[in-house]
Parts: sequence; C-alpha cells; structure tokens
Amino acid sequence: MAPAATPSSGTAILVADNITVRFETPEGAILAVDDVSFGVRPGEFLSVIGPSGCGKSTLFNVIGGLLSTHQGVVSVAGETITGPHKSIGMVFQEESTFPWRTVTDNVAFPLELIGMPKAKRVERARHFIGMVGLDGFENRFPGELSGGMRQRVSLARTLASEPKILLMDEPFAALDEQTRLLLGDKVLQIQQQLKQTTLLITHNITEAVQMSDRILVMTYRPGKVKRIVDIDLPRPRTSEIVSSESFGRYVAQIWSDLREEASRGMRADEKHALNEGAAS
Amino acid sequence: MTAAAVAKHSTARDSTPALVGFGSLVAFFLVMELLIQTGLVNRFIVPPPSEIIGSFQRLILEEDIFHRFLVTLGECLTAGVMLTVFGVTGGVLMHRYKLLQQACETWVAAMASAPLVLMYPLFLVIFGRNVWTIIMMGFIAALPPVILKTIEGISSTRKVLINVGRSFNLTPAQQFWKILFPASLPTIFVGLRLGLIFALINIVGTEFLINFGGLGQLINDLAERYDLAGTYAAICFVILVSVLFFMTLEKAERWLIPVG
Ligand SMILES: Nc1ncnc2c1ncn2[C@@H]1O[C@H](COP(=O)(O)OP(=O)(O)OP(=O)(O)O)[C@@H](O)[C@H]1O
Ligand SMILES: [Mg+2]
Repeated sequence: MAPAATPSSGTAILVADNITVRFETPEGAILAVDDVSFGVRPGEFLSVIGPSGCGKSTLFNVIGGLLSTHQGVVSVAGETITGPHKSIGMVFQEESTFPWRTVTDNVAFPLELIGMPKAKRVERARHFIGMVGLDGFENRFPGELSGGMRQRVSLARTLASEPKILLMDEPFAALDEQTRLLLGDKVLQIQQQLKQTTLLITHNITEAVQMSDRILVMTYRPGKVKRIVDIDLPRPRTSEIVSSESFGRYVAQIWSDLREEASRGMRADEKHALNEGAAS
Repeated sequence: MTAAAVAKHSTARDSTPALVGFGSLVAFFLVMELLIQTGLVNRFIVPPPSEIIGSFQRLILEEDIFHRFLVTLGECLTAGVMLTVFGVTGGVLMHRYKLLQQACETWVAAMASAPLVLMYPLFLVIFGRNVWTIIMMGFIAALPPVILKTIEGISSTRKVLINVGRSFNLTPAQQFWKILFPASLPTIFVGLRLGLIFALINIVGTEFLINFGGLGQLINDLAERYDLAGTYAAICFVILVSVLFFMTLEKAERWLIPVG
C-alpha cells in the first residue's frame, strides 16, 4: 500500500501539489482541504472517497480550475492551470442540465461551441445519449425527466466534449443501485475504450473499488489524504466482479478506514450541534 | 363509473370556480339593479346595470370604441417594445456593472411604488399634448418592474450552471447569451408582463387626464357629457380589455417558455 506521497510529476498527467483550501465564514475560517497531493497517470481511473463534508467537491472545483482561492498547484501535463483547462471535462454533483434545452441540445452544447454543423452535432449527440441509455428521450426537456436521468444527460454532455481528463463529482448519487451498476459498467467501458484519464469523486465504496485503479481515501475535516489504495483487480471489469473474494477484501479495508473517519465526523457534528444548542 | 363519466365529472369540477366566479358577478349586478330600481341607491350616481349594458351598443356604433381600443393598444405595444429594449438592457447593464446597480437599484425600486402618473404635467411640457406623452408615461411607469426582474433573473441563475459554462471555457459573451440570459428568461417575462400591465393602466390614466388618445379620452368625454351609463360601460370595457390582456400575456409566456 503506497503512502500518500507526491508522485513524480514525470509520469502523471494530472498533478495536485499541496492543495490547501480555507473558507472564511462568519463563524471563523474552515479548513476544507489540507495539504492534499496526488497524481493521476494517463489513462488511470482514480477515485477520491471520503465522508460527507470532507472537502471532496472543494477539491473537485480546485482541479477543475473553478476555485482560485486555494494554496498549492494543479498541473495538467506539466502546465500549471490558472482556470478551467480545455482538456478537463467536469460532471457536477448538483443538477446541472440546461432546463431551456432539449436533451439533444443539452448534449450537443459542447459541439455547438466548437462550431460543428447542426446535422452532425445532432448525430453525435444521439451517440452519447444512447451511451447513457436515454434513447427515445432526445426531444424531452430536463423538466420532464427524473433526477437520475438528468444526471445522465449531464454526463453525456461532458462525454460529448471528449475531454482527455474526465472529472466527476458523485455523478451516480441520484441513481438506484441497479442503474448505478449498469451505468458504472458503461462509463468504465467508455473510459477503457478512450483511455480517458478519470477522476471520480464518490462516497460509494463498491463503486470506487469496481471502477478504480487507485482509491484515495480522505479524512474528515480537515480533508487530508488518509491513504491511497492500489486496486489490483483484473480488467476488463464488469459489475460481476462485485461478488469476488478479493473485491470483498478491498471493500472491507476501505470501509474500516472510512468508518473511523465517518464516526469522527459524526461525533464532531454532534458536538457542534450541542454547542449550538448550549449557545442559544 | 365509466371512464367517460369520470372525465365528464372532472371537467365539471374544473369549471366550477369559473362558474361560481361568473355567477357571483351576475348576482352582484342583479342586486345593484334591484337596489337602484327600488331607489335605495341614487340612479344619478350609479346607473342600473341594464342601462349600462344597453349603452354598449351606442359605444360601438356612435363612439367607435373599437377604434379607440386600437389606439390604446398601439400605444401599449409601442411602450412594450421600448420596455423590452430599454428595460431588459438596463437590467442587464445594472447587473453587469455593480457600481451602477448599487447606485440605482434603490431609486428604481422606489420608482416602482411611486404614483408616477402624477408626473404627467412634466411630460406634457416635454412632449406636448400628443401620443408620445401617453406612451412615455406608460413606459416610465412600467420600467422599474422590468429592470428589477431582469436583475433578479440574472443574479439568481444557479451557480452550477455558471460553473458548467466556465468548465466549457465560454467567453464572457457566450456565458451571457448561452447561460445567463436563457436561465433568466422566465423571470424577465414575469417582469415584462407586470410592466405591460403597469403600462396599460398608466396609458389609459394619462389619456383620461390629458383628454387625448384612446379609451381614456372616451371615458373623459362621456363623463363630461354626463352620460353616466356610457361612462360606466366604457369603464367595464377597459376592465374587460385589461383582463384579456393579462390572460393573453400569460398564454404567450407559457407558449414561449416550453417547460418550467
Ligand atoms: N463556499 C463555501 N463557503 C464556506 N464553506 C464551504 C464552502 N464550500 C464548502 N464549504 C465547507 O467546506 C467543507 C467541504 O465541503 P465540500 O462540499 O467540499 O464537501 P464534500 O466532501 O463534497 O461533501 P458531500 O459528500 O456531502 O458532497 C464543508 O464543511 C463545507 O461546509
Ligand atoms: Mg460534494
């Protein structure tokens, strides 16, 4: 098991170096991310897992170039990023479809930006819509879809831009377990095909072990790297791997790490609530 | 119960509020008629509803009320175009330049609640006794809600949609046209609808005050001739027009914005 160390930036396409993020709030500064460093190799699937509120989305925003108040450096292929990088595609945790566009027009959005002719981009969009299993919904508006379906539209929209590095923040959180597994298979298939470098943020252990080459476990407040786990399972993987024995071992190991953090988090929250109660 | 019966039942229930509403209006007229005919209410202050309804024919044939209506409608639409252009642009600029917003938002909000119709003498001096005084009164009175709703719409765009745009490396112009503007359109439409209603009210009011133009002037004329039934009939017509106007705008909004 590798300790949390800065990987040599020579082999990594995406490097996060000593990332620290503080938020100023009326109740004082919150240290959301504390000195996180890691690297993602080309074509690698890395998951970041941690309890709710540990700073995963914050880290996601830093890597996506959307937050600029952090300390530390993020670089893509050796180039330090100062804003959203063109080879990074992001799928957000919150609902992010455009309600005024149909499914097709949502997915075709990045293609429209590069000036692809209409007929061509509609055809391309169809391809990605099919990939996330939404055939037949091309002309619907997001308002007519379920939360999970909308999340898949966002995924398809980002896939349509064919980013070299795919950054996803709990994209499957709104899905039921079966759809999650099937869509996970799909994403994995696409990722293996395109040799896409992928960073997945999740709090689902099964999902992380099923898909990842490595898993970065974060601590609860401040969010630090607790451990980086190599997942040495054969590829290609499908959701069937879930029932294998070595899979179970990985899950148990990560769960014991996370249980510690989660209970620490819950105790901290309870104490916070008690203090609040005493204050009022 | 058969399916058809269920359907019939539900449509019957859907139209119940409308029927009750209409029924109470009819009941109100009947009660007024009764009070006036029995002399409890002075018929020289309020003419009986039957007489008011009877004078509609006169309004149509002798006073050419439809032509008056078209004049007022034209003024409203002109004000509406100006509102769409200047109001929305104003809101966008105020959102874009924070200093402008901080400087102006308070007095724009104050303007929204002020009885601007009282400013008509000033407008008479500036534009003269013509159709532009009327249009400008409607325009100015309706400007605040359009500006405020535009600002509200743009600034309440969800953060994540803006972030989607940023993650796709949109230019500031693309960010505005492809994300901020469409995201705020529903709110902007609410502002325009409010604005057009403000405009209609102020346009008819100004027509009445300066005795010029469409429906407002007609009411003024009839009142001066002491044609009470005619005056009331014209007022009813204006109310009817406003209600229809409001309903049309609501329909247009739903048609323009496919899914809310
Ligand atoms: N803009 C902000 N201002 C102040 N505090 C913030 C801000 N954004 C996040 N935080 C705080 O930073 C911490 C980390 O938040 P973050 O959203 O990154 O958590 P997360 O790991 O993504 O949680 P979840 O799994 O529930 O999505 C939280 O305690 C949160 O309260
Ligand atoms: Mg999050």
